[in-house]
Amino acid sequence: MKEQNAIELNNITKTFGSVVANDNISLSVRQGEILALLGENGSGKTTLMNMLSGVYKPDSGSIFVNGKQVSIQSPEDSKKLGIGMVHQHFKLVEVLSAADNIWMGVELPPYNLNEKLKVINNIEFDVAKDKNKFLYNLKKVLKDTKEVLACAFYHIKNSFLSKNRNDAIKDMASKFGFEVDPTKFVYDMAVSEKQTIEIIKVLYYGAKIIILDEPTAVLTVQEINKLFSILREMKKQGHSIIIITHKLNEVMDISDRVAILRKGQYITTVNTSETNEKQLTEYMVGHKVDLKIERPEVVHDKPLLEIRDLTINNDEGTTAIKKVNFYIRGGEILGIAGISGCGQKELCEAIAGLRPIVSGEINHKGDSIIGLKPEQIIDKGISMSFIPEDRLGMGLAPSLSITDNMMLKNYNDTPWYNPIVDRKKARQEANKIIKELKIVTTSSETPVRLLSGGNVQKVLVGREIKAGPNVIVTAYPVRGLDINSSYAIYNILNEQKKNGVGILFVGEDLDVMLELCDKILVLCHGKVMGVVHSYKTNKEELGLMMTGSLDLNEIKIDKAFGIAKDTNINKGVNNEVK
Amino acid sequence: MKLNKSGNTSIKEPLIRVAKRDKLKWWQNILFYVGAILIALIVGGIFISAIGQNPFSYYAQVIAGNFTNNIYIKHYLEIIVPLLITSLGVSVAFKMKFWNIGGEGQFIMGAIMAATLATVIGDTLPSWLTIIIVLLFGIIGGGLFGAMVAILKVKFNTNETLLTLMLNYVALYLLAYFKNVDFYKQLDVGAFLDFRKLPKNAWLPTIGSGIFTFDITIIFALIMVVLLFFYYNYTKHGYEINVIGDSPNTARYAGMNVKWIIIRTAFLSAGIIGLAGAFHVIGSSANHMLSENITGGVGWTGIIVAWLAKLNPFGILIATGLLGLLQNGSSVAESTMHISSSSADIIQGIILFTVLAMDFFVRFKVIIRKKNKNGENTVEVEENKVVSDNVVTSEISKEEVTE
Repeated sequence: MKEQNAIELNNITKTFGSVVANDNISLSVRQGEILALLGENGSGKTTLMNMLSGVYKPDSGSIFVNGKQVSIQSPEDSKKLGIGMVHQHFKLVEVLSAADNIWMGVELPPYNLNEKLKVINNIEFDVAKDKNKFLYNLKKVLKDTKEVLACAFYHIKNSFLSKNRNDAIKDMASKFGFEVDPTKFVYDMAVSEKQTIEIIKVLYYGAKIIILDEPTAVLTVQEINKLFSILREMKKQGHSIIIITHKLNEVMDISDRVAILRKGQYITTVNTSETNEKQLTEYMVGHKVDLKIERPEVVHDKPLLEIRDLTINNDEGTTAIKKVNFYIRGGEILGIAGISGCGQKELCEAIAGLRPIVSGEINHKGDSIIGLKPEQIIDKGISMSFIPEDRLGMGLAPSLSITDNMMLKNYNDTPWYNPIVDRKKARQEANKIIKELKIVTTSSETPVRLLSGGNVQKVLVGREIKAGPNVIVTAYPVRGLDINSSYAIYNILNEQKKNGVGILFVGEDLDVMLELCDKILVLCHGKVMGVVHSYKTNKEELGLMMTGSLDLNEIKIDKAFGIAKDTNINKGVNNEVK
Repeated sequence: MKLNKSGNTSIKEPLIRVAKRDKLKWWQNILFYVGAILIALIVGGIFISAIGQNPFSYYAQVIAGNFTNNIYIKHYLEIIVPLLITSLGVSVAFKMKFWNIGGEGQFIMGAIMAATLATVIGDTLPSWLTIIIVLLFGIIGGGLFGAMVAILKVKFNTNETLLTLMLNYVALYLLAYFKNVDFYKQLDVGAFLDFRKLPKNAWLPTIGSGIFTFDITIIFALIMVVLLFFYYNYTKHGYEINVIGDSPNTARYAGMNVKWIIIRTAFLSAGIIGLAGAFHVIGSSANHMLSENITGGVGWTGIIVAWLAKLNPFGILIATGLLGLLQNGSSVAESTMHISSSSADIIQGIILFTVLAMDFFVRFKVIIRKKNKNGENTVEVEENKVVSDNVVTSEISKEEVTE
């Protein structure tokens, strides 16, 4: 028996001007399955899904939902068809509570006044044979009035927020295994919570087909596992799920089938159980790729950056980083692993001089850099790039050109009495980086916000390394990037490592960190759980340390972590070694 | 392309839909805005006919009126010079997305400071030195009035739009109060209650002769246009303003002293407006004295001009020139055709409205459903004609591609 497909796309084509985003794509989603949509950045995944959610309209081709041909004109239509999309960038009202964000879009069942009046009229018509016309007319008018009042009352009642809305939403959420506080305001929420609200929202509107656009890009390992168990629960309850991603291990983990797009073309659909990561990559990239990240062996130099007993507060004034010790040598990559929000951001900002510290020392080549201004720290050769969750938030000015972004950190290098900015030099540098890192852009004068995600990050990383730093602090440099772009970034970092630069790599993907980093430091709630050589450890051990169940400080009590034997700090004798 | 026609009612294309367009060429942009102004004039023409006048002769009168008499030409320059400088000042703050709408107040404070210094100095110093000091204090008066809002903003995160707006009234009533203060008022016996004339020492020199005598302000104004263009595009300061306007976080991260730059830029913006006030009060167009309506509304019109010109100094020069033409010409038409000069304000409003509305067509293109011969619904992108009010662009542009 052939089961009806939940969604069927036939020969869908969508062009933007001369760019063909989707070229004759045919694709089907079965009832109750999880379909992964795989493809590199710019391969047309999001465009295709936006046509299902009513954001775009196909130029040609047809869409079938549950076997019926439909035309989706707007997100409203898509909602009515039971399609719900969770976008990559959340669409929530910050100042409303979780419940109100969901409640806002709930549609009332229409009160069909005309229909009801017609019924009354028909009844009246039947008994109109009766002679006392006046009485019947009166009755009719009374009944009509009653209906009109009922209708008015219905609308008035529903124009107030119902008191049980919080409970209604909580009940529905717990059905799928979500834990939410419906009264919590969105501005108080972490990213994963916001995403949860988005998912509950589409479920609450009755969506049976749910599209998730890169849901895991902003989540940690634990949060991803939680999300996946919820997705499986939804599948069990008969929902069809399309998940857009370019993380292969997740595809293998969650999906039933995988559809692959490449440069707007549909390549194929395969059953997940019959494929492997290597094959999927080949489909996706179009040629064979070596999935191994290289870890060149470099002779380590003396410690460049040494951090002793560092304590930092977060924005709320509570301790974010507590008595942390570590050091980075030239020519090594030190990874920092940890669940999101356990002090990584504060640590990066403190090193870059953007955040005051409470106590402790930060030493660069033996000199303290505490209290220096950000520009003085940049001058010392410490570069920090933090890719925030929204990618563009820090480090780049989105409306300005690549050239202008290139000179962000050194525009002020000329003496103070020279008020002119040197755009010519910046333009040369921009063109050089565009060429070296293969940034796709029409010119160096293109505003950064018009570039695609991978290219934006290349601009950022390119600027950071161009200044020739000796310490690179980089947080989530491959966040949201596809395979090719990620490897381009890894190569850049390895290149720098070979040049003797010390790199602090704050990451989220443990697999990548195990391959790329020389050592990994694990943070848990602002405390160092231990520093391990990445060739000696494994994912499980790191996971235990990240959650705080394994504390190497307790095991190897005789040896303190994070203090180099050949330290550069030469003021007096260090008695810190316990 | 064929669509299923067999009575499936859910398949239908909307008649009109809009899509994003790529950046237009500069001349296409200009075409759009010229079109916008034309539409505004047509709508304004309907209004003029509605009050029983011939719109063509009205427009002819408004344009030609500026040039029929030397007096009118002189008057034209008197209108546009303060407006030009004020708009330039407004644009500085707007570049940084610091919404300084306190141009009126800053203009008045600049004028008051200038008048005060001129009165205090009197005849004690040489004329050129007096004028320089007076102008400097005009900058300081206006600048501090704006900078204090910026200080409150960076210290306590107050809203600059509200504060600058409210300070306009503070300045206005301060000026009204000074009219009764001996230091500022006319002391001649038998004279009306009015501000006193400033000492001759502080009067601005003029250029030209006879009826063509202008304050030298106009030269300064033109120099400022060039300087500001240079400031925006080639200096470190201009670069900093751009970055902060775009992303304050990024600026902080790059090591910029964001708080200081905000205060500095607010001071510059308000200072330029204050300078406009100082120039005006010691110039011949204001009769070398303060008056209660000394601003002539330039603080407000300046915002319109800055927006119309998209904060480009040369654009501001053009926009000021055109608006001045309209304002001055309408007052000429008022005397010759007996049409209230307020109608110029109405047309000015319509122009602003259409130009802002035209922004929509600059950023989006309109796609109209077409029926072809077989009666099938098809969607075609209008290739050579973007239907946006008789403006034709010759190139279809790419939409922004999102993955």
